[in-house]
Amino acid sequence: MSDAAPAGAAGRAIVVGHGGFAEGLISAVAQISGMGDRLIGLSNTGMTPADIESAIRSHLTAAGARVIFTDLPSGSATIAARRVMRDAPGVVLVSGVNLATLLDFVFTSCPTPTEAARAAADRGRASLIVVEPT
Amino acid sequence: MPIQLHRIDDRLVHGQVVVGWGQPLDIRFLILVDDAVASSDWEKDLYRMAVPPEMEIHFFDVATAIREHARFAADPRPGILLTGDIDSMQRLVTGVTAIGSVNLGGIHHRAGRSQFRRYVYLTPDEEAALHRLEGSGIEVTAQDVPAARAVPLSEMLAEKETR
Repeated sequence: MSDAAPAGAAGRAIVVGHGGFAEGLISAVAQISGMGDRLIGLSNTGMTPADIESAIRSHLTAAGARVIFTDLPSGSATIAARRVMRDAPGVVLVSGVNLATLLDFVFTSCPTPTEAARAAADRGRASLIVVEPT
Repeated sequence: MPIQLHRIDDRLVHGQVVVGWGQPLDIRFLILVDDAVASSDWEKDLYRMAVPPEMEIHFFDVATAIREHARFAADPRPGILLTGDIDSMQRLVTGVTAIGSVNLGGIHHRAGRSQFRRYVYLTPDEEAALHRLEGSGIEVTAQDVPAARAVPLSEMLAEKETR
């Protein structure tokens, strides 16, 4: 019997990025929240643009995910995700994801993927601080 | 300032180009040379959205890029020219004698290709095309990011043969 938490109304999400970025972030989410199973990681390493797009489509379908998080707005994962969104109505993309973003998402009580994505992005943006030397 | 890099990269605009090369070289414009992208407003919008505000991006098919190359080469700002495949770069170089070097930045795996670098896979026809490019006086090197060594084509191909 699985002890995985049931996905909320926002469902699961895919995290796509360079190298081990997604795996690392999801590992951190799991350590902090125990809800890493709400996220599916994908690395773009060694993949053609068509491969990345295909992998995102497969993961979306397999997980029933409606939200895609990518690491870099100018990255190949973001471009592939935007191609997917062209014919995948209802899918939301958040680029520039960080740990605070994902933690907000897995705990979200927002009723829709879009609202959950917006709230998570706001939280991630607000989590960036600079502590300057005194 | 001449165009800093003439790069073959099947991902075209992506992190290595915009950030990896873009930041240390202070790249101010990209020239994306691709017949399919140049003919599609949707594709052009897609790549425009991937470029930071301080960087321009221009789209051309190969024939237009040949005509426009001198104008961009004379631009005092640093820039990068991108093609998504060897054939486009080969056609460009044929029409622009001022191009002295070509960077292999990303030609990823697909059926029929063999691995030469983590980021360079080639079919025998593509190997031959690069040999021809080099034979025409163009320096061809593989280098994904500025911090990596630029590996000459002959060295890269020889390493594969000894594996």
